[in-house]
Amino acid sequence: MSAVLRTYVLLVWTWTRAAAQYPVSFALMAAGVVVTGGLDIAVIWVIFSNTTTLGGFTLDEVMFLHGTAFLSFTVADLLFGNVDRIGRHIKAGTLDVMLIRPASLFVQVAADRFAPHRVGRVIQAAAVLSVGLARLDVPAGRTWMIPVMVVSGIVIFTALWALGGAVQFLLTEAPELANSLTYGGATLTQYPLSVYGDRLVIGVTFVVPLAFVNWQPGLYVLGRPDPLGLPYVLRFLSPAAALVTALAAALAWRAGIRRYRSTGS
Amino acid sequence: MIEAEGLGRTFKVRGSLVHAVRDLSFTVEAGEFVGCLGPNGAGKSTTIKMLTGILAPTTGRLRVAGFDPTRRRTALARRIGVVFGQRTTLWWDLPLKDSFELVRLLYKVDRVTFRRRLDELCEVLDLSHFLRTPVRQLSLGQRMRGEVAAALLHDPPLLILDEPTIGLDVVSKAGVRDFLGALNAERGTTVLLTTHDLGDVERLCRRVVLIDHGRLAFDGTVTQLRALVPGEVTIEDAVARLYLSSRPDPRTRHPRPAPDPPSVTA
Repeated sequence: MSAVLRTYVLLVWTWTRAAAQYPVSFALMAAGVVVTGGLDIAVIWVIFSNTTTLGGFTLDEVMFLHGTAFLSFTVADLLFGNVDRIGRHIKAGTLDVMLIRPASLFVQVAADRFAPHRVGRVIQAAAVLSVGLARLDVPAGRTWMIPVMVVSGIVIFTALWALGGAVQFLLTEAPELANSLTYGGATLTQYPLSVYGDRLVIGVTFVVPLAFVNWQPGLYVLGRPDPLGLPYVLRFLSPAAALVTALAAALAWRAGIRRYRSTGS
Repeated sequence: MIEAEGLGRTFKVRGSLVHAVRDLSFTVEAGEFVGCLGPNGAGKSTTIKMLTGILAPTTGRLRVAGFDPTRRRTALARRIGVVFGQRTTLWWDLPLKDSFELVRLLYKVDRVTFRRRLDELCEVLDLSHFLRTPVRQLSLGQRMRGEVAAALLHDPPLLILDEPTIGLDVVSKAGVRDFLGALNAERGTTVLLTTHDLGDVERLCRRVVLIDHGRLAFDGTVTQLRALVPGEVTIEDAVARLYLSSRPDPRTRHPRPAPDPPSVTA
């Protein structure tokens, strides 16, 4: 494990130095990240200047739910989001070069073209979460769930990226499939799931486990009843959901490598 | 060093099965210098990719440097050096020496050994004056020397090169050839290279393996290859004759079903 981590850090550092060769591009992308991230928050602000609750939740509670999901997503995106580029590596033949190195393919793909400007969004997410938490009165006995749910969320988003990456071994044109789950999932989890239809909530609870990123554990932290009346125990199952998703992703990834066809000469 | 037995790889292309490589068997002993020839699309690159653990074979048994390439990809990677003439393993935006340093860390070469090895490679491949240049600014000849050096920093007993001299000028080509010859003769490194340049074969390879239609069409020495065609012929003629003999007859209207290529094992 420590060898894998060392390789990852080494590659990330190398790509960061490579990115530093183009400082203007870096500055522009960092600015773009802050602007688009700011828009997400502006949307919530606009909603609450017209109403006092959203799906039965107050502004502070929504900021808490948004902050935790966004923090999970931005950390996963920063560290592993580049896995969705695997289709491009397959088409360009760069995957062949990675396969001849004595290092995990997943680590190499995840670290490839590491984008340090994405750190900006992590900070933004942490800020939203901090503000939400500061204005809420979370009982001390329930705060332990917050790091648990953020870490579970990181694992769930990373696993979804890996699943999407594995699919691209078969269909190189399919990065959008993964993105619909990850970026789509990030947008979905920005709001309390109670604003969506029941079927969607059931789907993201039992099929694609996005409800375990922030919704179910969030209900526990906020001490709210489940609007759908789903079992109370679900609130504690985020780590289990993360583990199952990660296992499925790892199996799919291995199967994908086995089916790799390579390209050209 | 390499043991391939009944090696095969199929691809599904629009619903039909294409045999890129079929029933390929050959062995390479430690210390050999083998040239792998074949027309475009014959299955050379597919073979190289199976040997290096990039592609999993669909059939057959394969051992390279003591490992099954598919099951032990990373263990194998530490024991072989791979150079792709048409791909780069170097970091485009960083100085050449940074790529070397990264190789050192990825392959876990200790600092002292690395230093000594790099000095040697810098001298014989004449790298010193562009070590600090970003790879994207190197000429193809310089870059290829850099690629070869990067593949050898961990001192692998087996070096596999896929068209290493492609696009190089006469002088760069000679430089790379001289280096590979010396590497094989002095260090005893086993070398397997694919090429379309028969000069590479004549100058370097004691043994030639010819792949056509995904099968082994010839395996023997350069002299034996030449002797396949009667009269005083160059190696070009001999190889051209072998390539052509396996093509469908242009005089028949409907191409015959792919005939078996002449299989000559010396």
